[in-house]
Amino acid sequence: MARYLLRRFISMILAIWVVATLTFFIMKALPGGPFAREKALPPSILANIEERYHLNDPLLTQYADYMVRLVKWDLGPSFKQKGRDVNEIITDHFPVSAQLGLSAVFLSLLIGIPAGIISALRQNKWQDQLAMFLSVIGVSVPSFVMATLLMYVFALKLGWLPAAMWGELKHMVLPTISLAGFPMAFVARLTRSSMLEVLQQDYIRTAKSKGLSQRVIIYRHALKNSLIPVITYLGPLVAGILTGSFVVEKIFAIPGLGRYFVQSINNRDYTVIMGITFFDSLLLVGLNFLVDLAYTLVDPRIRLMDGRK
Amino acid sequence: MRRTTLVLVCLMVATALAASVFAAPAKDQTLTMNLGVAEPETLDPAKSTGVAESTILLNLHEGLTRLDKDGNPAPGIAEKWDISKDGKTYTFHLRNAKWNNGDPITAQDFEWSWKRALAPETMAEYAYQLWYIKGAQAYTEGTGKAADVAVKAINDRTLQVELNAPTGYWLSLCAFPTLLPVHPKTVEANPDKWFMSPKTYISAGPFKMTEWKHNSQLVLEKNPLYWDAKNVKLNKVVITLIDSQITELTMFETGELDYGDNPPPAEFPRLQKEKKLAISPYLGCYYYLLNVNVKPLSDVRVRHALSMAIDRTTITQITAGGQKPATAYVPFGIPDLKSGTDFRTAGGAYLKETAQVAEAKKLLADAGYADGKGFPTLSILYNTNEMHKTIAEAIQEMWKKNLGINVTLTNQEWGVYLESRNTGDYSVARAGWIGDYVDPMTFLDMWVTGGGNNDTNWGSPKYDELIKTVMNSGVQAERVKAMHAAEDILMKEMPIIPIYFYTRPYLMKPWVKDMIRLVTGHIDLKYSYIEAH
Repeated sequence: MARYLLRRFISMILAIWVVATLTFFIMKALPGGPFAREKALPPSILANIEERYHLNDPLLTQYADYMVRLVKWDLGPSFKQKGRDVNEIITDHFPVSAQLGLSAVFLSLLIGIPAGIISALRQNKWQDQLAMFLSVIGVSVPSFVMATLLMYVFALKLGWLPAAMWGELKHMVLPTISLAGFPMAFVARLTRSSMLEVLQQDYIRTAKSKGLSQRVIIYRHALKNSLIPVITYLGPLVAGILTGSFVVEKIFAIPGLGRYFVQSINNRDYTVIMGITFFDSLLLVGLNFLVDLAYTLVDPRIRLMDGRK
Repeated sequence: MRRTTLVLVCLMVATALAASVFAAPAKDQTLTMNLGVAEPETLDPAKSTGVAESTILLNLHEGLTRLDKDGNPAPGIAEKWDISKDGKTYTFHLRNAKWNNGDPITAQDFEWSWKRALAPETMAEYAYQLWYIKGAQAYTEGTGKAADVAVKAINDRTLQVELNAPTGYWLSLCAFPTLLPVHPKTVEANPDKWFMSPKTYISAGPFKMTEWKHNSQLVLEKNPLYWDAKNVKLNKVVITLIDSQITELTMFETGELDYGDNPPPAEFPRLQKEKKLAISPYLGCYYYLLNVNVKPLSDVRVRHALSMAIDRTTITQITAGGQKPATAYVPFGIPDLKSGTDFRTAGGAYLKETAQVAEAKKLLADAGYADGKGFPTLSILYNTNEMHKTIAEAIQEMWKKNLGINVTLTNQEWGVYLESRNTGDYSVARAGWIGDYVDPMTFLDMWVTGGGNNDTNWGSPKYDELIKTVMNSGVQAERVKAMHAAEDILMKEMPIIPIYFYTRPYLMKPWVKDMIRLVTGHIDLKYSYIEAH
């Protein structure tokens, strides 16, 4: 176990280093820079700014400097939002995205898993068809369409909820639903197909022939195993959703981290691009690791031993 | 019967009149507005460059001057000023005004603030707005000293500034964000972050900052210590930080916003019909850059043919925001020599609003491309944006139909597009220019040979000479004459094709009154109020 953890840890560090390095060089290869403007700056002013931010240093020096800073968790100042450090941007905006993201994950599991189970148990009956029809909509309608539609109906036409902004519970309803749409539908489909597969297995037949009640079979024997794909999906889902959604945050004017992913690239705000990518990869790798640990809880056949599973 | 009707009508008219004349201000003087940005880049006057940021700054601060509703410089912190005979030395006499923490504003504060904006370590992108002052440019560029910058506090209430050349619009510049004063003690204590918190945000304008929630909202409240506080009627201004156009519109329609600065162009026709869209002038020109180093565009006849083949009226129907066809480069809204006249009107129309197909065809034939035969395929470059795309498609169609030229469209992401323009890696490119100050020079000086914003590779010694004359002359008549002559050259040589003059469409509830909208895009709320509704 300890050996596995150590190996796992080393490969995690390696993965993050590769991500940070690739991001750095791809970002630097992009044309333009943080101070490119439609109204060009006088060359002397531009040169002064670039020198002070060390943007004129040789690329490898910049890379080395940056790697040292990453290790120290000093992500540097934003070029665009003067006066703010990337660390501050993450501390200010990550909690908002996380709060919204967690409620969306919670909502999608709360509805997705039961919907998947019901569909599997009522395969090809109307319950199944309805749930699968809704899940097709959930998977295929992009969140910005969902968000705009929800805003139009519930804020503009019915006036039940505020159109946008952030701070109170009522502000969370529409963005949470918009964000939960896809994962909810996806979880429902995953649960259904995996449940159907599990129900075909020998041990379920054994349980049935032992005369166990349907309920015990489903909840004690089938459910646990059929949730493995859902748990696998949870790792990237949580990492992705926690760091925010550009579209949903933009539409509902939510002060989350998601918009910074996209805007920092548009602005060539190098430190923000690097800082947020680094933070995101930490989160993703960390959560995937937790998912691996979670497997052992639901399936005793899986052991965290390399090579001898 | 007839008499009662008459009395009734009279009564109704009287009530209506009374209502309009005596419309009382509302009890709650709170204005909720959206400026279309998700977050100001900075609220440090020295470092700010954006239009939305300028609006916030101009309401928080006050410069030596403040622009009035016609855009003319009126006394601000400076009560009055003297100008030397040669027009180069300004002596400002400051009034007895206070910062919002109670400290008096002194001439030393101005001197300190301006030198700070110029200092290389401040890294102010707009430092060059102060380069009119003698010794200023050298200080920013590291070849001169702060002590040699010719701005000097003679005493607490007298500030003397010496300029390189008589600059007609200097008093207007004194109201520009880069030149707004900051509170030295607070800024020195926390140079990079003083403006981030309402606690350390010291200013001396009509409003003070009381809250700043990043990416959410900014709250300004009336500053009781402002020297002219008795004329400030709004108690509170909530500035929401929303960059989604459709969200802004929805919130305006649900009544959550009184004002929106960024309505979606796709909704303009509907909003016009419902009388929800207001339009104010904007000092800006939308144009196409021509790279004169690219083969057929090096021929001036070709450049004119391309311009003549464009139907500008059709384009402004597409943009649907009340834009005017650009009949030259310098937009309307800048005074000419005589008061009450406009530079554009005086300069006249160089270009037609509609296409002149026959003339265009003839010019193209003269250049050796009769009916477009043998003309290489042109490419129009624009930054990725629906409206730019629609306009480019319309022009593609016009050039094809009117001249027989094949045109392809290339869209690039903003940073890539700027790089392509800068390095001359294009043949025709979309561009736009918004004036910084109200003088034709803000449009004309950029086309000097090798100028940082002149991406056309075009240059004319005669043009450069005229711009130099404008810069150094203190005689307004001579300046205006030279500027007209310069525009004349620009329009005859046509390295750029003006397409339309910008406007600023916006959403505003009818109860928002007396908002000053300057042609530079800045909004002054000093005199605004909310009418009872």
